[in-house]
Amino acid sequence: MIRAMLVINNQGKSRLAKFYNYTPVEQQQQLIRSIYSVLCLQPENVSNFIEGGLLLGPDSRLVYKLFATLYFVFVFDSSENELAMFDLIQVYVEILEKCFSNVCELDIVLNYGKMHTILDEMIVGGQVVETNSDIVMKAVEEISKLETTTAGAKLISKSASLLWG
Amino acid sequence: MNPFSSGTRLRDMIRAIRACKTAAEERAVIRKECASIRAAISDNDQTFRHRNLAKLMFIHMLGYPTHFGQMECLKLIAAPGFAEKRIGYLGLMLLLDERQEVLMLVTNSLKQDLNQNNQHIVGLALCALGNICSADMARDLAPEVEKLLQFRDPNIRKKAALCSIRIIKKVPDLADNFVDPVVSLLKEKHHGVLLTGIQLCTDLCKVNEEALEYFRKKCTEGLVRSLKDVVNSPYVPEYDISGIADPFLHIRLLRVLRILGHGDADASDCMSDILAQVATKTESHKNAGNAILYECVGTIMSVEDNGGLRVLAINILGRFLSNRDNNIRYVALNMLMKAIAVDAQAVQRHRATILECVKDLDASIRKRALELVYLLVNESNVKPLMKELVDYLEVSDQGFKGDLTAKICSIVEKFSPDKIWYIDQMLKVLSEAGNFVKASVWHALVVVITNASNLQGYSVRSLYRAIQISRDQETLIRVAVWCIGEYGDMLVNNIEMLDIEEPITVTESDAVDVVEIAIKNHSLNLTTRAMCLIALLKLSSRFPSCSQRIKEIIAQYKGSLLLELQQRSVEFNSIIGKHKNIRSALVERMPVLDEATYNGRRARSASAAVSTSLEFASNLSNGVIARTDVAPLVDLLDMGADEPVPPCSSGGNFLLDLIDVDMPSSSSQSGTTQPQKSGTDVLLDLLSAWSPPPQKGSPTTDIILLNQDDKPSVNALDILSSSMVPSGEAKPTGPYMMDLLDVFGPNPATPEESGPTFPPIVAYESSALTIIFNFSKRPENPQMTDIEAMFTNKSSDVYTDFVFQAAVPKFLQLHLEPASSNTLPASGYGSITQKLHVTNRQHGKKSLVMRIRLSYKLNNKAVLEEGQISNFPRDL
Repeated sequence: MIRAMLVINNQGKSRLAKFYNYTPVEQQQQLIRSIYSVLCLQPENVSNFIEGGLLLGPDSRLVYKLFATLYFVFVFDSSENELAMFDLIQVYVEILEKCFSNVCELDIVLNYGKMHTILDEMIVGGQVVETNSDIVMKAVEEISKLETTTAGAKLISKSASLLWG
Repeated sequence: MNPFSSGTRLRDMIRAIRACKTAAEERAVIRKECASIRAAISDNDQTFRHRNLAKLMFIHMLGYPTHFGQMECLKLIAAPGFAEKRIGYLGLMLLLDERQEVLMLVTNSLKQDLNQNNQHIVGLALCALGNICSADMARDLAPEVEKLLQFRDPNIRKKAALCSIRIIKKVPDLADNFVDPVVSLLKEKHHGVLLTGIQLCTDLCKVNEEALEYFRKKCTEGLVRSLKDVVNSPYVPEYDISGIADPFLHIRLLRVLRILGHGDADASDCMSDILAQVATKTESHKNAGNAILYECVGTIMSVEDNGGLRVLAINILGRFLSNRDNNIRYVALNMLMKAIAVDAQAVQRHRATILECVKDLDASIRKRALELVYLLVNESNVKPLMKELVDYLEVSDQGFKGDLTAKICSIVEKFSPDKIWYIDQMLKVLSEAGNFVKASVWHALVVVITNASNLQGYSVRSLYRAIQISRDQETLIRVAVWCIGEYGDMLVNNIEMLDIEEPITVTESDAVDVVEIAIKNHSLNLTTRAMCLIALLKLSSRFPSCSQRIKEIIAQYKGSLLLELQQRSVEFNSIIGKHKNIRSALVERMPVLDEATYNGRRARSASAAVSTSLEFASNLSNGVIARTDVAPLVDLLDMGADEPVPPCSSGGNFLLDLIDVDMPSSSSQSGTTQPQKSGTDVLLDLLSAWSPPPQKGSPTTDIILLNQDDKPSVNALDILSSSMVPSGEAKPTGPYMMDLLDVFGPNPATPEESGPTFPPIVAYESSALTIIFNFSKRPENPQMTDIEAMFTNKSSDVYTDFVFQAAVPKFLQLHLEPASSNTLPASGYGSITQKLHVTNRQHGKKSLVMRIRLSYKLNNKAVLEEGQISNFPRDL
């Protein structure tokens, strides 16, 4: 299963962190820091896998890919195919690309909630649920539409009540 | 500012945080936000609850505590609006954990939402449940999830399937309920549902043995058919990942087949065709294709034996190894490591490619490849593999040399077909990467050389050649110096030439050169330089023509700041100069240590991890040397000490005891097994008297009584030896040792007066001249000290017209008596004594201090030496 999905920028700031096994917040930060310290020392032109071992606990490995200023990281155990996890990063980034067109770090920071929505449509409980980007996109769009309509309605009624009241 | 806002908007908060230049600023911003969120929570503000929670999640991601927002999640989940629910569930997954009691409160809301009609709300609830479900929730909500496996919308079905995985992981007893729904899920055509259905099937098989059997019987064929369909299906663009249709489904199918086929011949048989098809037909230009191939290889390796398929699989891995993508090479090596256990022969065929990976640019691949090579080595291929590895050692980068050297040494020790090969390979490693070789490895090499009596000449000559080329590999120098010391005569006289050797001409002085260069190299470890001194001592006996030169080299270290070197130098100088009669016996070859015994000991000590002390105190330059530093050396020289040493008639073990002065076992041996024949035994016992407290009537005391009949001297010795015992860890210092050795010189120094005793001091020491002061006090006059000065000349020339003069400050009075002679013999043969009487009028307040001047004629040329003595014992 997938244990965690992380997005860390090249300064070590976490931009997205999702743990599929419960991890206390201090431990999460600790892990992010130690993963970053390994990643930023990785030379170019080496394999994208890192054995977890001491870093992440037994039977764990990590795959990462650097896009511009962001490291996309999956932490997973031996029941997942390493090369497939590598492709999963690709799928996730492609979906982000479709959502934000020319995605950059700022998009990801400001649309923090949407990042989670996309991730939840792809991975549930540490298992891949969908890899078809069209289906994921469709679900995400429907969700945000629903959100804005209900929230909008709420705000309008609220402002109306303020105006009248 | 938004007029409705109690605080800032989420975006504004994020911008404010991003604008912070320092961590302190960021903390301040967050503190402010948290305060306003807390205020909003206590006001029970509903309008901005979901915005506040969204902010809290962002704050949580940054690593700040957010526990105060947990109840807000529950309130939002219970709210009717979709936007609130969504944020609420998101918060539930991020901020809460399954162990918290709060979670109990959410079960009801979840149950309601799972029964909603709106598929997105059901989706949210399923997603949250799949991520945080606890055992209690699993029991409560399993029926709802089970129902949802038949929901009309496929998006819900697939999420329900993954939710079920979480449920059966938390409560394995519930597995039975899901077996039948899975069977229908496996017949789905929707990719996402099939994918998750297969995943649920896999996890059911893992938690429940019966389910595994059930699926094996019922579903193997169906799954094989699904795989066939997927493999042969026309191109489906929406599941495309870089040109491969739905690799994830491929991989999941292969993974479940792996579990079904493992340990079951029929099921394995059923899937062999499709596995062969996947293995041969899948396109391997893209990562996705390789992921499928990789999974397929894994499946082939786990299912029941099918020789043809396995060869096919290992060949795929072999192809992977020459792939340009690092990731592919990396996973291939991982898989080959597992494949070795299944079919070592097939892996052996790719040895050459694996060896290439040892030279990869990527360090993680190199490391893996090296481990794999290590597993591949056997008696038949060790020679070609070693050649490759040793050749590579020359060009490998420094960071990798340590690993590589350790593996090479381990392989050589394990698989060497004969000793000459072993020695050859070790010499190559030592010359290339001697600094990376562990102490135990070169110790073992020395043991092998001592045991191979026909190869000693060959070894020492090879070492001599090697050290001419690589002079900076410390371990090589150690082994070379040791062997030259032991087998120097074989080096010079080409004894036991092998046919394969080229004859070399080495003169005695060439051999001494090697050792001299080593000992003068200040970058070398102290242990190495100490070994050089021993080698020189040995050579002084083996090469009589170089004896004088060696003596001079050794004498240079008498003034060394390194205590160990200084002591050895003094001892050895004395042996060479004064004890020619025992020298050849002292420096005989080391007794051979039984290899089996040594290996046994090594294995034991390896487990206790003792052998690390070698490099310990090497960098202490002030001469304060930890005892541990010499221990391995002593151990090396004294390889036979633990074993019962055959009482050899020669004095071979005199040196043992000399160097081994503080090993209790051997000293007690020497005390009991050596008959008292001559003065040499006395020397031996005197030296070994450091370690055990002299027992009553022990040989030590007896001998001294016997030889000297001089009570004060015995007392002095007893005091000395017993004073050493409490500080048993400390090495005796040079002057004591010197004095003891000098006891047997022609003019034994014997304190004549009784009274409070003070240890003698080396008052002055130059390159050739030494002055020792012995003190005696007169009990009736504590201010008065009688000093007996003893002058010794270690140079090779006689000093004539020798005059000693001294001057003291005003609080002292000095009276000099005439000297015993004015001619000082060469090479330490004899000495001049002269008495001095000093009266200290400030006795108890100030110590003695003295300026001295020595004038003498050396080859009729006047020489003048001056110095100051301030190391007098206090209270004189």
